[in-house]
Amino acid sequence: MSIKIALAGNPNSGKTTLFNILTGSNQYVGNWPGVTVEKKEGNLKGYEDVVIQDLPGIYSLSPYSPEELVTRTYLVGEHPDAILNIVDGTNIERNLYLTTQLIELGHPVVIAVNMIDLVRKNGDTIDLDKLGRALGCACVEISALKGEGCFEAAKKAVELARNHTHSEIPHVYNGSVEHALAHIEESIEGKVDSCYLRWYAIKLFERDEMVRKEVGLDSGLLAHIEKHIIDCEWEMDDDAESIVADQRYTYIERIIARAVTKKAAKHSLTLSDKIDRIVTDRILALPIFAGVMFLMYAIAMGSFPFSIGTMGTDWANDVLFGEWIPNLLDTVLTSLGVSGWLYGLVMDGIVAGVGAVLGFVPQILVLSLLLSVLEDVGYMSRVAFIMDRILRKFGLSGKSIIPMLVATGCGVPGILASRTIEQERDRKITVMTTGFIPCGAKMPIIGLFAGAIFGNSPLVAVSAFFIGVSAVVVSGVILKKFKSLAGKPAPFVMELPAYHLPSPRNVLRSTMERGWDFVKRAATIVLLSSIVLWFLQSYGFVDGTFMAVEDNNVSLLADLGKAIAWIFYPLGWMGDMAWKATIATITGLIAKEEVVMTFGTLYNYAGELSEAGDEIWGMIAADFGPVRAYSFMIFNLLCAPCFAAIGAIKREMHDMRWTVATIAYMCIFAYVISMIVFQLVGLFTGEATFGIFTIAAVAALAGLLYLILRKNKYADTKVKVGV
Amino acid sequence: MKTLKDARVGDTITVVKLHGEGAVRRRIMDMGITKNVEIFVRKVAPLGDPIEINVRGYELSLRKTDAEMIEVR
Repeated sequence: MSIKIALAGNPNSGKTTLFNILTGSNQYVGNWPGVTVEKKEGNLKGYEDVVIQDLPGIYSLSPYSPEELVTRTYLVGEHPDAILNIVDGTNIERNLYLTTQLIELGHPVVIAVNMIDLVRKNGDTIDLDKLGRALGCACVEISALKGEGCFEAAKKAVELARNHTHSEIPHVYNGSVEHALAHIEESIEGKVDSCYLRWYAIKLFERDEMVRKEVGLDSGLLAHIEKHIIDCEWEMDDDAESIVADQRYTYIERIIARAVTKKAAKHSLTLSDKIDRIVTDRILALPIFAGVMFLMYAIAMGSFPFSIGTMGTDWANDVLFGEWIPNLLDTVLTSLGVSGWLYGLVMDGIVAGVGAVLGFVPQILVLSLLLSVLEDVGYMSRVAFIMDRILRKFGLSGKSIIPMLVATGCGVPGILASRTIEQERDRKITVMTTGFIPCGAKMPIIGLFAGAIFGNSPLVAVSAFFIGVSAVVVSGVILKKFKSLAGKPAPFVMELPAYHLPSPRNVLRSTMERGWDFVKRAATIVLLSSIVLWFLQSYGFVDGTFMAVEDNNVSLLADLGKAIAWIFYPLGWMGDMAWKATIATITGLIAKEEVVMTFGTLYNYAGELSEAGDEIWGMIAADFGPVRAYSFMIFNLLCAPCFAAIGAIKREMHDMRWTVATIAYMCIFAYVISMIVFQLVGLFTGEATFGIFTIAAVAALAGLLYLILRKNKYADTKVKVGV
Repeated sequence: MKTLKDARVGDTITVVKLHGEGAVRRRIMDMGITKNVEIFVRKVAPLGDPIEINVRGYELSLRKTDAEMIEVR
C-alpha cells in the first residue's frame, strides 16, 4: 500500500524548495476542492509507493484562512501516514508554534530544521536531540537551498510511517488547562476518531466553531464542556483562545531555552535588517521601489538594448509567427493541395490569431522570472509594507501595485502577477481592475483618435491614462462594498522574512509554470475565438448567396455589426460609423491594436496602415464627432480586455463565474462611463440632443455616485476595546 | 491604556493583553504576540502606516488599527 506523507510548514520556511527537491519533476498541480488554493503532490524520488502531499504554507491550524482550513481538513480527514514538518531554524520560536499543533494530531511527525547553514553561520546552535526529546518526535537538520539532508528527513518520515511510530504528545499545558481538556476528552470519547481525541478536545476548548459543528454535541454536553472552559478561564483570567496560544508559546520558550543557543545579542542588526534599513527607509523606499519597477519593466517590456523580453516578443511576432511558421505551413498546405477555405482558416485565422497571443510569451516569461526572483528574495513583502497605506483605501493590497504597473506594458503579465497577493479578496479585486490600465496595445487606439480628431494633442493620452487609473480606484471602492468581495476583514499581519538568495530551481520552475499555464489556457480561448472571428470576417452573403468575401463591408461580421450596433446608440455611435465602430470593438477582443487595423479595412484603405492609422484620419474625422470619438475611445479602453487577458483572468480566478463576472463588470462599467460622457458632454457641444438617454445618463451617474459613496455594510469591524 | 500604536520607534515594550476578537486577534496571537512577550518597534512605513516590529526574533508588520488591539506597558 502506498504511503502518504504530508509536507507542512510556515510560509517562507523553504517548503516549496524542499518539495521540489523531494519530488523532482513528478508533480501534479491542482486545486483544493472549493477554494483557490493550489494543491501539489508528487512521488518521493526513488520511492514509487510514497506520495508527498504539499500543504499550503500556514502559521497555525486556526479556522480562519482558506489555507488553514484546507490543511486541517486534509490532516484530520485524510489520515496521512506521517507529517514532514519543515521549520525555519533561523526563526525557530514562531515556527515551532505550528509544530506543537501538528504533533497534537497524533500522526508520526518528523521535524526538518531548515536553513541550518545560516544558523551555523550566525554562530547559533540547535541541539536536535534535546529538541526531539522535548517534542517527542524525530528531528533532522537540512538545508533545502543547498539540498543537504532533505532525503534523510524524508526517509525518516517513511520509516516512521512504515513502523506506525506515533509521536508522544508533549505536555504543553498547565494543570488547570489539562484538567479542562481531560474533562472534554472524557465527554467526547467515542464521538470522534480516537487518534484525534486530543486535537478535538483542544479545538473544543478554544470554542472552534467548525469543530463544534463537526462533532455535533447535544446541548447538555456542550453546556458541560462550556462550564469547564469558563472555570478555567476564570482561574487563568483570560479567554480560552488566548490561554492556549499563550501556553504554547510559553512551552516553546522553555524548549528553546534548553535546546537553542544564540550567539548574537537581542535586537542586534542582521545583514537582512541592514538591507531593510535602506530598502524600507522613510525617504529612500519609494525611489528604490520606482527604480526596481522601472528596471523590471525595462528588461521585460522596454525598448532598450538590454530589453530581452521585447526582443523575444519582436522575434516571435516578426520571425516565428511572421515568417517561419506561415512559410512552413504555406509549403505544407500548398503541397497537400488543400482547399482555399482551409488555407484561409489556418493562415489568416489560426496562425494570425494564436500567433498574436503567443507572441507575448517571451515578455511574460521574462517578467515572470523577474517577479519570481523578487518574490523569492523577499522584496515583495517589503513592497506591500511600503504601499499598503494608499492601496487599502481602494480595497486593494499593497502588493496590487505591481500588477497595475506591469499592466501599463501588457495586461496579461499584469494579471498573472496578482498571484503574489495572499488575501483572496484583494487578489480578486486586483484581477478585476488590472485590465482597466491602458496597456501598450491600447496606445494605437489613443493615437488614432488623438491624430484624427484632436490635432495630436498629448492631452488625449494623458486623459486616457487618467481614466484608466480612475477606473481602477473607483472600481476598487465600488467592488469592496459588495458582499461577495467584502467578506471577513483580511488581516494585514504580515511577516517580513529575512532576505535570502533566490533558489534558481524555484525561480525557474515557477517561471515555467506561469508561462506554460498562460500558453495552455490562453491558447484554448484564443484558438476558438480566432476561428470564429475569421469565419465571420471571411464569409458573407453577396446578392443572397453565401460565399467567401474579400471586402469586410459585406462580411458576416459587417452584418453582425449592423445588427447589434443599436446597443451602442446611447454611447453616441450612430449613423454609418455605428456598425464600423461596433465591429472594430469586437475585433479589438483579439488584440486591442486590431481596432485600428479594422478601421483600415472598413474604410477601404488598401495599403499598409501605419500604427496609428494616419492614412484614414480624414475619413474618421468626417464620421466621428469629437465627443463620439472620445466615447468610443473610452469604451474600448475600459471594456472587456483582449482574449489573452481574458485567459489570464480565467487563470487567476480559477473559476468560470468569477471570470464572467469580471468581464461583465468591465463591459458594464465601460458602457456606463461612455454613455455619461457622450450624453452629458455631448449636450453642451451639440453632438447629443436632450432625450431619454440624457435622463438615463443622469440616472447612471447618480447610481455610480451612490455605489461609490454608500456606506460599507461589511466594513472591517471596529476594534472593541476592553472586552 | 497604552497600546502598541502609541509606542515609538526604537521602544522595547511588553504585551499586557490582547483586545478585540475574531480572525485578526487570533492571527496576531498565532504570530507570537502573546501576553508578556517583548516587542521591539523597528520602524514605521514611509507613508506612516503600517509599522514593523521585531517579536520572537523575526520581523512582523501590522497596521496601526490592528496595533491598537495590543495593550502594552
